[in-house]
Amino acid sequence: MEFLAAIGRAFLVFLEATGRLALFTSRAVSHCFRPPVYARLIGRQMIDIGYYSLPVVGLTALFTGMVLALQSYTGFARFQAEGAVATVVVLSITRELGPVLAGLMVAGRIGAAMAAEIGTMRVTEQIDALTTLATNPMKYLVAPRLIAGLCMLPLLVVVADIIGVFGGFLVAVYKLGFNPANYLSKSWEYLQFMDVVSGLVKAGVFGFFVSLMGCYHGYHSRGGAEGVGTATTNAVVSASILILISNYLITGMFFSK
Amino acid sequence: MTGSPPKIALSGVNKRFGDKVVLDGLDLTVGKSESLVVIGGSGTGKSVMLKCILGLLRPESGSIMVDGEETVSKTRGDREAMLRKFGMLFQGSALFDSLKVWENVAFGLIQGRHMPRVQAKEIALAKLAAVGLGPEVGELSPSELSGGMQKRVALARAIATEPEVIFFDEPTTGLDPIMADVINELIVKCVKDLGATALSITHDMASARKIADRIAMIYQGKIIWCGKREDIDHSGNAYVDQFINGRAEGPIRMQVRAL
Ligand SMILES: Nc1ncnc2c1ncn2[C@@H]1O[C@H](COP(=O)(O)OP(=O)(O)OP(=O)(O)O)[C@@H](O)[C@H]1O
Ligand SMILES: [Mg+2]
Repeated sequence: MEFLAAIGRAFLVFLEATGRLALFTSRAVSHCFRPPVYARLIGRQMIDIGYYSLPVVGLTALFTGMVLALQSYTGFARFQAEGAVATVVVLSITRELGPVLAGLMVAGRIGAAMAAEIGTMRVTEQIDALTTLATNPMKYLVAPRLIAGLCMLPLLVVVADIIGVFGGFLVAVYKLGFNPANYLSKSWEYLQFMDVVSGLVKAGVFGFFVSLMGCYHGYHSRGGAEGVGTATTNAVVSASILILISNYLITGMFFSK
Repeated sequence: MTGSPPKIALSGVNKRFGDKVVLDGLDLTVGKSESLVVIGGSGTGKSVMLKCILGLLRPESGSIMVDGEETVSKTRGDREAMLRKFGMLFQGSALFDSLKVWENVAFGLIQGRHMPRVQAKEIALAKLAAVGLGPEVGELSPSELSGGMQKRVALARAIATEPEVIFFDEPTTGLDPIMADVINELIVKCVKDLGATALSITHDMASARKIADRIAMIYQGKIIWCGKREDIDHSGNAYVDQFINGRAEGPIRMQVRAL
């Protein structure tokens, strides 16, 4: 009996958390579409997410592209398919690794920062102060971050795609001795519009999740510095998990038969 | 208080956190353009009471009327309109640390009233001057200020929109005696000149005597005494006597054990 009660309790807690998140999400999204629009705040968040994440995302993409070329070359050499290196690199980067790695890096960088900032505002009563100054904290704090996350991650991924493919190109040409022109035309040959589009759709969804988790956990944090720390950890972990799960689902939507 | 309803009227307000009862059927009224000071021991629920009135916390039961309108059942949108009448000085200042000092003070004007930034800045600097802070302070960030300066900025922010009702949660705590008196005078001025209704919380009896029209004492979640400022010294209430004289012996027992 004790055991069943424990399961029941855990299930109720889960339901409550899901309900709370759903409510938070719908309220936050509805505020994205209603005036006033805080253009200044959206701009600042966009710079934070887009511009300042460029180095870390670029570096990740560069080395991922490079290692992809190296791995697929040595792997495919076993059945004389080295010619597929260019295609493998470009497809893996645009469809999969660009968005996922950028999403995870941004989750660590931005999701954590959002949770910490909003969490600190919560525990120091700044969110209460916003309310008393007749400003809706959902609209002022959450909506701009959601919009910025949704818009900026696809742009970041475009850059990541280019840098990643370029990384593969560098290794292929300078280390593996491919002909540059040949490699490039191979890259283009099998690349379809949908490959890139699916990656950008993923990026938009991931960006939304990163912002949502950062805001949600920050907004509901309690209990001083320790609570803010927990919120930060939860934001990064839950955003990463959501990214990985939704990645599978979106891939299924785009490419299943 | 004849005819028109009191500005704020609380009756039978209960608020609990888990098993801990903080407000236990609290009744309190504040008249229009009146300055009421609430005194009471640390942790007796004074700040919680203010937050219930503002709707930041939701009481389990009881009624809170502002201008004769029930607020507990209000929806978010209606409450936002109501909050435009209010200014609040938080006990911990609660300044926005992502904004400059002057932007903090001007926040209610820019976001709440949609005033142009240039004009709002002018007003903000005037309010800062009124709390003894020069224009150079306006360009700093709140984290660069001392605790007492932060408190004064928070005070300037609370009065910047010249609200009808202002809550001061321990306005003079952490200030030197002279600055505390300047702030007391500022509060009196807000009430007298602007006709604002003030509800203040303080432990500082000198400040209470200066700014209050009436004084109320909260103990164990209830108002146990409420009367005119002049009457506080002969209230005939043993709890009030102990509190205003700051004696350890008396009916109020602190939860402490000797070392
Ligand atoms: N968010 C909260 N969660 C749980 N308990 C709370 C919360 N806020 C306040 N309390 C409890 O309510 C009681 C009253 O708190 P409150 O802040 O109103 O005290 P106060 O009268 O303002 O004291 P002080 O003079 O020290 O500021 C305290 O015992 C506190 O533990
Ligand atoms: Mg307090």
